[in-house]
Amino acid sequence: MMRLSKFIIVGIILGITLYKAEAVSWFRIFEMFHFQSFHMYGIIGSAVILGVLIVQLIRRTHMRSIEGKEIVIPPKDKALWRYILGGFIFGLGWALAGVCPAPMFILMGSGYTVFVVFLLAAMTGTFFYGVVRKYLPHQIKSKKEP
Amino acid sequence: MVPQFLLDFKDFVSQPWPWYVAGPMLAFIMFVLLWFGKDFGMSANLRIMCAADGASDLNDFFKFDWPSQSWNLMVALGTVFGGYLAAHYFSVPGEQVAHVSAATVKSLQELSPQFNFQEEAVPLLPEFYSWEYLFHWRGLLIIVVGGFLVGFGARYAGGCTSGHAISGLSALELSSLIAVIGFFMGGLVMTHLIFPLIF
Repeated sequence: MMRLSKFIIVGIILGITLYKAEAVSWFRIFEMFHFQSFHMYGIIGSAVILGVLIVQLIRRTHMRSIEGKEIVIPPKDKALWRYILGGFIFGLGWALAGVCPAPMFILMGSGYTVFVVFLLAAMTGTFFYGVVRKYLPHQIKSKKEP
Repeated sequence: MVPQFLLDFKDFVSQPWPWYVAGPMLAFIMFVLLWFGKDFGMSANLRIMCAADGASDLNDFFKFDWPSQSWNLMVALGTVFGGYLAAHYFSVPGEQVAHVSAATVKSLQELSPQFNFQEEAVPLLPEFYSWEYLFHWRGLLIIVVGGFLVGFGARYAGGCTSGHAISGLSALELSSLIAVIGFFMGGLVMTHLIFPLIF
């Protein structure tokens, strides 16, 4: 039971953090895309600066996870178009709805049950990606890699 | 009778959290998930939920060992509880306010009369987050089209704000930097070019 319940605790802390820092707020996202406050940049920036230090420390000390295996951070695929185009489409939705995937769950819990519809729409979007992915540009065109 | 220190703790947590608390908390959450042998990525849950609902019978993209990823669904479930706790226990009633800047208050007023808020009185969340608004074209657009774009874009880009902007940038991934630039280009186009058409 503890095996999975510890992840619920991580999620609870994540939910309280993003809610209390107003990162779930449509108005905060609007403000961020108008560059009118440091708040959201401070959240992401300080998380990344500290995150870089944490990842370097993990890699240099060959730190082990609680499962006893060395912690490996899986590298992302080398590509261009999927990140530009996928990122662009994600950004459109993020600014429009004011939520990314974590706040979607947080707002559902905070009482905005209409986000059940948002979740279903997001699942539909993910499913649609699965269907059309073979037609979408992903990798940089290269003669070496098929 | 609730012990005083618990009430003090509740009041302490109930304040608005500044960025220099929330940012390090996110880094800490990423660290804990790595330490648990996992990684921080919320949008993966959308793919897991599709697979768990039987999408693997329809499409190979959803043929993967999703039960091994059920820990991530627990994180998502936790955020639902976290949202409930934050809204009902760690909030001062009547003070659910987004503490946006004066410049933002002005930009909101200029965008639409529905955003005619006074300073320090911008609500945390907009009123179009409701079932009633779902039957209005604007609410439908925001919730349904917004959701679709987030779900489609996150999977196409291979991650969302947690997977790319936090985990990916922390691992100094160039791919994630490109994705984050993509997020911002999309967000800027929506906020500056499309919002004037829909509000």
